[in-house]
Amino acid sequence: MSAWLQRALLGASLLAALAFPLVAESGFWIKFAFTTLLFAYLGQAWNILGGYGGQFSFGHALFFGTGAYAAAIAQTAFGLNPWLGLPLGALAGGAVGWAAGYLSFRYGLRGSYFALVTLAFAEVFRILANAVPFTGAGVGLFVPLQPGWAQLQPGPIGFYYIVLALVFASLWFAWRIENSRFGAQLMAVRENEAAAAALGVDAYALKVRAIALSGAMTGVGGVLYVQFYLYIDPSLAYGPGISVEILLVPIIGGLGTIFGPLIGSIVLHAASELARRIMGDAPGIHLVFYGVLLVVMVRFLPDGLAGLLRRKRKAEVPRNA
Amino acid sequence: MLEARNVTKRFGGLVAVSNASLEVAAGSIVALIGPNGAGKTTLFAAMTGFHKPDSGSVTFDGADITGLQPHEIARRGLVRTFQIVQPFGALSVRENIAVGAHLREPNRAAALARAGEIAIRLGMGNMLDQPAATLTVAGRKRLEVARALATSPKLILLDEVMAGLNPTEIDEIVPIIRAVRDAGTTVLLIEHVMRAVMRLSERVYVLNQGRMIAEGTPQEVAARPEVVEAYLGHGAAQRIASVSA
Repeated sequence: MSAWLQRALLGASLLAALAFPLVAESGFWIKFAFTTLLFAYLGQAWNILGGYGGQFSFGHALFFGTGAYAAAIAQTAFGLNPWLGLPLGALAGGAVGWAAGYLSFRYGLRGSYFALVTLAFAEVFRILANAVPFTGAGVGLFVPLQPGWAQLQPGPIGFYYIVLALVFASLWFAWRIENSRFGAQLMAVRENEAAAAALGVDAYALKVRAIALSGAMTGVGGVLYVQFYLYIDPSLAYGPGISVEILLVPIIGGLGTIFGPLIGSIVLHAASELARRIMGDAPGIHLVFYGVLLVVMVRFLPDGLAGLLRRKRKAEVPRNA
Repeated sequence: MLEARNVTKRFGGLVAVSNASLEVAAGSIVALIGPNGAGKTTLFAAMTGFHKPDSGSVTFDGADITGLQPHEIARRGLVRTFQIVQPFGALSVRENIAVGAHLREPNRAAALARAGEIAIRLGMGNMLDQPAATLTVAGRKRLEVARALATSPKLILLDEVMAGLNPTEIDEIVPIIRAVRDAGTTVLLIEHVMRAVMRLSERVYVLNQGRMIAEGTPQEVAARPEVVEAYLGHGAAQRIASVSA
C-alpha cells in the first residue's frame, strides 16, 4: 500500500466515522458502533501492555471496573461531576495498574503466570465489590439519569462522538509509542528481556509504566461505560467476560500494531452480531463464540488480521531487498 | 578499568567460577580463554550483573559494581554480548541496534540514525531493514556487537563472537574489533578461535574448571604446559615436548 493510498483510506474512514450518526437510522446501530469503538479503545489500552510489551493480561476488567466504580461512587456518594470522573477513572485505573505491576513484575512473573495473576486480581476485586457496602454490593450502583452534556450524559450520538475521539487519541498514542524510546525499549523487552537488560533497559520499571498507562486508559473506558449504561455491578465491572473481550480485540486485529485493535473490534462485534442473529439470544452463546474465535485466531492467524496484511505486503517485496 | 577480585560463583554443589581474578587496563584488548565449561561465560555474567557472585568483588571505572542489576551496569558503560545470540527477532536490524543507541539517546530519529551509522561500520549496511530473525549466524553475531557498541560503552565484553563463523568471516571481524578499541572502547573477549586471540589480544587469561591457571601475553600463555594440558589432557605437554625433542 502506498503512503498516498494509506492516507486517502484513513481520511475516508475518518469522514465515514464522523458522518455515521447522520445516516444510521436506528438507535441500535449507534449503540452497536459505540460498543465497537469502546472496545477498540479498550483493546488499544490492552495492546500497549500486551501487544507492544508482550505482557498478556487476562484481567483488564480490573482496571475497567475500577474506573467505572471510581466514577460511579464519586458521583452517587460525593456528587462529583462525571466529567471529573474521567480523570478520576484514569487515576484509579492507573494506580491499580501500578500496584498490580509492582506486585507481579517485582517477583519476575511473566507469560502464563502473569496472565493468571491478573485474572486472579480481577476476581478478587469482583468478590470484594460483591461484599463491601460502598460499591452497592451485589445490587450494583445506579447513576442518576441527568441527560445533557453537563452531566456527561449526552445521549447515544454524543457518546458516539466522545468514544470516537478516544479511539483517535488512542491511535495517535499507539503511533507515538511506536516512534519513541519508550516503545522501542518496550518492544525490546517483549522480544528478549535479558538482551534488553544487557543494553541498559530497566525492564521492570518499563513494564510497571506500561501497565499503569494501560490501566489508566482502561479506567477511562470504564467511566464511559458506566455513564452510558448508568449502571454497574460486580460482574459487569470485574467479570472475566470483560477481560476476555478486551484481549480478544487486539488478538484478532493484530498484536502490537496501531490499527489492530480497531480492526479487531469491528470484526469481532460484526461477527458476534451476525452469530446472535443466526443462533438466537441463548444466554452465554456469545462466550462460546468468543472461545471458538480465539482458538481459530491463535491457531491460524497468530499475527491477527493486520499481520495478514503485513504478510501479504512482505511477500510482494523480494527478500534482502 | 575493570577488575574482578576473587570472584566465586556456585550453582548448587557445582563451583562454576572459583576465586577468579582478572584485570583489564583501559584501552587494551584482553582475551579470556579456556576449554568448554571452564566458566568463562559465568564469569562474564557475574561481572555484568546477570549472576550475583557468591563472593569476591567487581570494580569498574573506580566503583564497586558487585551485585548491581544488569541495566545499571550497562548504564555505567560496561556492556556484554551473548554467546548464544539474543536478537529481538521481530524487530529489524536497524531497530535492534537503535535499542542500544537509546541508552544515551532519547530521540527516536537520532537513535535510528546512529543505528544506521553503526551498522555501516560493522558492514551490515545492506541488512538494515531486514527482520533480525532472518539473519544468518554470522549476521546475528555481528548484530550482538553492533547493539552493544550502540550504547557507547567504555568497555565491551564479547562472548565468542567468532564461534560458528568461517575463516573469511573471522578475517572480517578481527579488524572490526581492533577498530572498536582504536575508537576508544576497551575490549575483553572470550574466544576459542586461537588464531584471532593471538592476533588481537595484548593480554590473555586462561580459565580452567573455574580457576584462573595462567595469564600473560598470548605467546607466553600458549607456551605454558598447564595451558596445553587444560586443552589436551593431563600429560599432553610432556608428550608434545618428547615428540618434538
